[in-house]
Amino acid sequence: MTFDQILFYVFSFWFVASSLAMIFSRNAAKAVLFLILSFFSAASIWILLEAEFLAIILILVYVGAVMVLFLFVIKMLNIDKSTLRAKFTGYLPLGLIVAVIIIAEMTLVLGGNQFGLDVVSAPARHAADYSNITVLAMQLYTTYVYPFELAAVLLLLAIIAAITLVHRNDVSRKKQSISEQVSVQAKDRVRLVSITSPKKENK
Amino acid sequence: MVSLSDYLILSAIIFCIGLVGIFVNRTNIIILLMCVELILVAVNTNFIAFSYFLGNEAGQIFVFFILTVAAAEVAIGLAILTLLFRNKGTINVDVTNSLKG
Repeated sequence: MTFDQILFYVFSFWFVASSLAMIFSRNAAKAVLFLILSFFSAASIWILLEAEFLAIILILVYVGAVMVLFLFVIKMLNIDKSTLRAKFTGYLPLGLIVAVIIIAEMTLVLGGNQFGLDVVSAPARHAADYSNITVLAMQLYTTYVYPFELAAVLLLLAIIAAITLVHRNDVSRKKQSISEQVSVQAKDRVRLVSITSPKKENK
Repeated sequence: MVSLSDYLILSAIIFCIGLVGIFVNRTNIIILLMCVELILVAVNTNFIAFSYFLGNEAGQIFVFFILTVAAAEVAIGLAILTLLFRNKGTINVDVTNSLKG
C-alpha cells in the first residue's frame, strides 16, 4: 500500500465517520462541529487531488464563515431540544434501505471496471513550482470572466436579501406616512413665540 | 495509487449519508441545511476527481461557482430560518404547515 493510499483511506475514514456522527447527533451544535471535521477531511482529500486553492477556500469560507454562521444561529435561537428529539428514528429503516441500494448501484456503475487505474490512469504529479492558483486564475479571468462577474452579483444579491429578510420594521426607518401628512394641523407644526424686542437706548 | 473509482465511490457514500440525514432528521431545519451542504461537498469531490484525472481545470472552476452559490444559499436559508423562528417560535418542520401542503 503506497503512502497515497494510506492518506486517502485515513482521510476517507474520518470523512465518512464524522458525516455519520453529524447526521445521528441529537444536538445541533455537536452536528456543526462534526460537519467541520468532515469538511476538513474533504479539504484534505481535495489536496490529494491537487486542488489546493479550492481546499483552502473550503476551509476558509466554509469552516470559517458558513459553519460559524450556523453556530451563531443555533446559539441565538435557543432551540427547545425536547421537540426536536421526537420522531428521530421514524424514517431510519426506509432511509437506510434507500441509501444501501444507492451505494450498491453507484459501486456497480463506478467500480474498477469502468473507472479503475487501467481505464483512467492517474496523471503524473506536478512539479513543486506548479501553481494551482495561477492555473485557476488564468481560466477564471479569461474564459469564465462573465460567470465570475455574475457570481459577484449573486453574492451582492444574497447580502441584500439576507439583510432585507431579517431587518425589523420598527427600527427607526425614514418612511412616509400619508395619513399623518394629510391630517396634520398647523398648530402641530408651527409654534408662535412672542419675543419682547429690546428697547432702544436713549442717547 | 488511488484510482478514480475510489474517489467516486467515496463521494457516492457521502452523498448517501447526506440523503439519509435528510430522511432521519425530519424535524430540525438546521440539520437539514447541513445535510444539503454535505451533499454539495460530495458532488464537488466528484468534480475535482474528474478534473484531476482528466487533466481539465474546468471542473475546479465549476466547484468554485458551486461554493459561491452554496454560500449565498446558506446565508439566505439561515435568514429565513431566523424569520421563521421569530414568527412561529419554533423551527420544527412539523409545526410549519401553514401552507397546508
